[in-house]
Amino acid sequence: MTRSPTERTLQASADDHRIASLAALAIALGMVDAAIPSPLPGVKPGLANIMTLFALYTLGWRAAVWVTLLRVVGAGLLLGSLFTPGFWLSLGGALASLLLLGACRALPARHFSLVSHSLLAAQAHLLGQLLLVRLFLIPYDNILVLFPPLALATLLGGVANGLIASHLVQAHDKD
Amino acid sequence: MFKAGDYLVLLALCALLLAAFLQLGRHAGAASEVIVRQNGMETVRLPLRLNRLHVARGPLGLTEIEIHDGQARIRRDPSPRQYCVQQGWLRRSGDIAVCLPNRVSIELAGPRQAHDSLAY
Repeated sequence: MTRSPTERTLQASADDHRIASLAALAIALGMVDAAIPSPLPGVKPGLANIMTLFALYTLGWRAAVWVTLLRVVGAGLLLGSLFTPGFWLSLGGALASLLLLGACRALPARHFSLVSHSLLAAQAHLLGQLLLVRLFLIPYDNILVLFPPLALATLLGGVANGLIASHLVQAHDKD
Repeated sequence: MFKAGDYLVLLALCALLLAAFLQLGRHAGAASEVIVRQNGMETVRLPLRLNRLHVARGPLGLTEIEIHDGQARIRRDPSPRQYCVQQGWLRRSGDIAVCLPNRVSIELAGPRQAHDSLAY
């Protein structure tokens, strides 16, 4: 085969490799999320977000955005939910929490740990999803009744994921 | 692991959550009117804020619908098994009492109609 004159080779940097492996781990955790049975439809532990938080602390916000978006698309492909309503909800929640995490860079690290980021990002995820549902899927205010119980589940998940992610970051820093 | 700010964030979120639960308890399923149907057709809508007795005539006789203190019930009905009467007071939007033999039903409705079910 002749080489095309426009062919270009892309060099993957060390950070690209790290982002790819974190995204792969996030996709695997996303499968675990999907497999865990849940008492309420829509309630998930959100373990995949541990990798987003880890990327945020070790590689920065841009890497966290990459890891998260790769995870959303990758998990959508594996679960067969690509471009279904569930996928858009996942993407909407991810974008909302990434935007908030971007804003949270302003929080001084001396007083706020990963747990704060996790808690806030989790609630942003929920709000982004509910907003999408309210605007496009179920355009009635009645769905807001779901908010308090979902927010409670989100709070618990946010603490758990934040603690797990800080353990990982501490272990990573020791190496 | 936890730093001072984390407790602050956690506390703030807990407070918001509590407020959300209280707000939900106050507004959930608030109903504002009763829809009366005969033969499946809506015949009249009665506001829940006015106490009154409404009588609907069906094929078996008279069905009495009572509205009291923002609640509604079938007070009397000629149906043999009295299911709709035994249902008692209806309070929330979407609650329904059906007197099938006499072909009368009442349903509470809010400013916005609640869903029968949600499928994910």
